[in-house]
Amino acid sequence: MSTTKPVTDARIGEIFREEYGRAVAVLTRTFGDLDLAEDTVQDAFTIAVRRWPIDGVPPSPAGWIITTARNRGIDRIRRESRRDSKHAEAAALAEQTRTDDSEVDDEDHEAGPVTDDRLRLIFTCCHPALAPTAQVALTLRLLGGLSTPEIARAFLVPEATMAQRIVRAKSKIKGARIPNRIPTDADLPDRLRTVLAVLYLIFNEGYTASSGDSLVRDDLSAEAIRLTRLLLGLMPDEPEVRGLLALMLLTQARRPARIGADGELVPLAEQERSRWDTELIATGHDLVLQCIRRNQPGPYQLQAAINAVHTDAKRLEDTDWRQIVLLYDQLLAISPTPMVELNRAIALAEVEGPEVALGYVEALRQAQGSTSGPGRRMEQGLLERSHLFHTVRADLLRRLGQPAEALEAYDQAIALATNAAEQRFLQRRRAELSGLLPNAG
Amino acid sequence: MAHYLLSIYQPSGATPPPPEVLGPIMDNVDALNKEMQAAGVWVYAAGLDYPSTATVITTENGEPVLTDGPYVELKEYLGGFTIVDVPDLDVALDWAKRLQSAIGLPLEVRPFFDVHN
Repeated sequence: MSTTKPVTDARIGEIFREEYGRAVAVLTRTFGDLDLAEDTVQDAFTIAVRRWPIDGVPPSPAGWIITTARNRGIDRIRRESRRDSKHAEAAALAEQTRTDDSEVDDEDHEAGPVTDDRLRLIFTCCHPALAPTAQVALTLRLLGGLSTPEIARAFLVPEATMAQRIVRAKSKIKGARIPNRIPTDADLPDRLRTVLAVLYLIFNEGYTASSGDSLVRDDLSAEAIRLTRLLLGLMPDEPEVRGLLALMLLTQARRPARIGADGELVPLAEQERSRWDTELIATGHDLVLQCIRRNQPGPYQLQAAINAVHTDAKRLEDTDWRQIVLLYDQLLAISPTPMVELNRAIALAEVEGPEVALGYVEALRQAQGSTSGPGRRMEQGLLERSHLFHTVRADLLRRLGQPAEALEAYDQAIALATNAAEQRFLQRRRAELSGLLPNAG
Repeated sequence: MAHYLLSIYQPSGATPPPPEVLGPIMDNVDALNKEMQAAGVWVYAAGLDYPSTATVITTENGEPVLTDGPYVELKEYLGGFTIVDVPDLDVALDWAKRLQSAIGLPLEVRPFFDVHN
């Protein structure tokens, strides 16, 4: 069975990225073994690279890959079963699902009801008994189809380190018998939170590299969006999944305006809004509206709603800051973190002026380590170690006409910022300010 | 089914809690042990005596050598353990979370090595 569609390496690469996770998920269920699933799917793609340019791309590429991989796997298990009776059982089990790779109907069928398999695999990769770094690496590797060198480059760690991390995580899954299944209803909220945290971590790592010179690593963000879209397709009734996708899209929409000509960070207030991606904004707004109708707010939905208010404003001065402060209040009620407090302070400055906002920020600093009030649950000294705290203070002090104090705050922020683009932005701000001072450096 | 070792770690040198604290803890642990037995997952459970009661055996020139005390002195020591037989890690973790909350000390979950795996 062949089609007349031209087959290029790029087309096969595209299919690989689209279908790798699906195929690995199906084969993991069939064989109960991640390594065997990955090996056989990679084998199947190697065969595809050889055959598709001659035979054409089959009508269901995913089905073809899955069937081919399964048959390879069964052959391999059978070879090994001569040495081990347990393998023989696995072979017999897998044999029941064997299909001939010329049966096109079956291939279509293969690609159909497999969505649950990917959902299972997501929960396996993001199991809380695995370290967060391992969760991220496994998700990108098994579901995203990224190679180990690609993941290592994206997270700026040596390839050997990343390879070891993945091998160790896979052997823990096997040795400790981390189950490949969707969690029970009782466990689902907690387990889903871990999955969403992993996806958001991947997105943010692509959006603001935590270190190094490249602020934007599009691939990771795009991959996180693709996986979140997939998860929403699998769990359409989970409002936080929808909220996370909306948050990612509305953040991604501003990406074209976020980096200046010299590679420096352009803050939201100074971004050229005509460069925002209107299509992503429209999709993001739709998702936020769907969440609002659902009325089961959660942290991701609220952050998405805040971003929806920002992206709703054609000009900076059209921003509904009052609405943003209200949304931050809601967010603080369920997720009282220093980052949320500081972002609320930024919005507060627009509604009640920089003086009130500065008072709020100083009150946060005072309240660290106490048991009530703003800043509760914050560890002592936590804010002073965050560059955002000093950045917010510096900006408020600048607006209040206290340049000397502002300069000092900028210096602290620059010393703490790890991202080169953020440092450049802060240095520019500092330089503008020191120009106003007769004797400042 | 697979076996998991649930190990309870106790801080060294701490004085044991008074009976009015320990009593209810042991009652809870007993109740949990009975529940594990009823569920068919309980294999074995025991508390261990102090590390100072331990004896280490090594070999020197083919002869066994005995040394008084634990193999390594640590800030925490293995105070007791439970072995469960369950289908997978999630089930082991469910029981382990309950045991940990009954005892209130750090608990490590570790699978037995599976020769077939």
